[in-house]
Amino acid sequence: MDFLWHVWDALAANRDIIVIQTVNGIVTGMILALVASGLTLIFGIMDVVNFAHGELFMLGAYVGVIVLAATGSFWTALIVSVLTVALIGAVLQITTLRPLIGRDPLTTILATFGISLVLQNYALWQFGPVARKIQEPFTGQFTLFYLQYPWYRLVIAGLSAAIITALYLFLRYSTYGIWIRATTQDRVMAQAMGIPVPSVHTAVFAIGAGMAAASGVLFGPLVGVNHAMGLDWVLKAFIVVVVGGMGNLGGSIAASIFISLLEAYASIWVSPSQAIIVSSVVLILTLLFRPTGLFVPTPK
Amino acid sequence: MSPSSRHAKVYWTGFAVIMALLIIAPLVLPEFWRRFLTEILIWGLLAMSSDILIGYVGMVSFGHSAFFGLGMYGAAAAILMTNPPSLWLAILYGLAGSAGVALFVAYFSTRLRDIYFAITTLIFAQIFYVIIFTWTEVTGGENGLSFSRPQLGIPGVYTTPFTSTTLHWFVLAVVAVSYLVLRRITQSPFGMVLQSIRENEARTRAVGYPVERYKIVAVMLSGLFAGLAGVLYAIQNRFAAPDFVYFLVSGEVVIFNVMGGIGTLVGPIVGAGFFLGLREGFSRLFPWIASTFNLPQIAEAPYLIPVGIIFIAMVIFMPQGLLGFARRWLNR
Repeated sequence: MDFLWHVWDALAANRDIIVIQTVNGIVTGMILALVASGLTLIFGIMDVVNFAHGELFMLGAYVGVIVLAATGSFWTALIVSVLTVALIGAVLQITTLRPLIGRDPLTTILATFGISLVLQNYALWQFGPVARKIQEPFTGQFTLFYLQYPWYRLVIAGLSAAIITALYLFLRYSTYGIWIRATTQDRVMAQAMGIPVPSVHTAVFAIGAGMAAASGVLFGPLVGVNHAMGLDWVLKAFIVVVVGGMGNLGGSIAASIFISLLEAYASIWVSPSQAIIVSSVVLILTLLFRPTGLFVPTPK
Repeated sequence: MSPSSRHAKVYWTGFAVIMALLIIAPLVLPEFWRRFLTEILIWGLLAMSSDILIGYVGMVSFGHSAFFGLGMYGAAAAILMTNPPSLWLAILYGLAGSAGVALFVAYFSTRLRDIYFAITTLIFAQIFYVIIFTWTEVTGGENGLSFSRPQLGIPGVYTTPFTSTTLHWFVLAVVAVSYLVLRRITQSPFGMVLQSIRENEARTRAVGYPVERYKIVAVMLSGLFAGLAGVLYAIQNRFAAPDFVYFLVSGEVVIFNVMGGIGTLVGPIVGAGFFLGLREGFSRLFPWIASTFNLPQIAEAPYLIPVGIIFIAMVIFMPQGLLGFARRWLNR
């Protein structure tokens, strides 16, 4: 009993930091879910592992920086960035991924890796190695226990959730959403039913790219924007996608929050750069005991 | 004369000619290009080790930087801990380091196939990068470790310091022997099983081969040779740095393979030469364009932009790589 009291004392002493880290974990988890659901969407529909997803995230943040500097409005920057990067995504899909349809899915990793190299080096060349800052749209804070917590972080989490919900409703109910799901289920049959499969692929890639851009702009104020910011995210998103079960939207969201919470708690004790080791341990355990994914109901 | 013995004759003649050229090269080339050629051979060995997985088992590894880096740090450990530094101990330590990592990576990542394998190897490599980057007391952290170059020979019996020419010959000998060993392995019954896994994994398993065990051995074999390349690179450059454990190195290895032609063993070396040649070329071309056409912003353009575009074009239009068309001829 004595021992338990000690643990309780230790927790109570750290209560504020644990609560803060829980909120932080959920906020990061929602952003990660936004990145990962774009990745999952693209993979589920075209068997493309988009290595350049992190670079689309980074590009979105940079477009946000430029538009914000020009217009001064964060929300304009967000919308322009999403549209621009979605367009860039569509162009990339048509020029590099469309010729690879029907080939080994591994070739798409190679092609998107090439894209990621080009985009990352382009950003380094154009914007230099110094991180840019995106000013958050409002700076209000509220009191969380006895700590000041910025409202903006909660707004990000809410917006991410809203975008993911919109994506879900779009896929579930709209005509185009049904086209997309039909293409996922059976590409050849969908084509036979008159669905323009190549255009569906392009549209899905554009949507995924737009979601990556949105997360880039939303997350920009928290970390600063530089050319290498995409890699961390794409790695985490890959972990999420394996842990959550590839091509499973709900699983990706659950895994995003789960992993971000774990990393947030871990970074109480270790440096944030080492926290990725925690998520890799989760990855290893998943591979050992449940290789189809933690959040998949029944492995077939 | 039967076609296969004539083919063998052509093959060995070609091998001897190329070896002779590579042996003479350091005697005629200036210092910079001598070093450059040695570097191509080292990167070529790394790419060749990765070709065992990509070309023969059909698994794309994005984690070869971990094996390469652990080879470097293993060699660094041996060189820093022994006095005078021993070349052979450096190789031994480097191989032990990469073998340990390879066992770990192989055990977990071979549970997955295709894309999942590629992602998992990438994540594992990144873990080792984070560990090496943050464990400053042992690995020197961001600055890495620097050390003196060990001498060629057997310590206590006869040693001579490396010159850039003897270093080139030493690297050439290691790479050539590795090539012959790997070529022999790919033609052995073991290599045949690996290729049958690539062609049809389910059938290979149904015939009764323990596919997982073969894959683990293949990843470890590949990791060992990648570690050997790391040792050579550490000896050539006299340092070990976390940059070489970073996943970009793994990506470059995959690029070498695709550019040169997978499943040919020599292709990756050609690919490494092509890539490094493009790097040198563009790094000189851009400043030249900038000064000639008065476009100062071009001077700073990273070479990876045009090289990345060339790489994408090769993935789409030339999936067999530079040596792909000669693959059958070289491998028979």
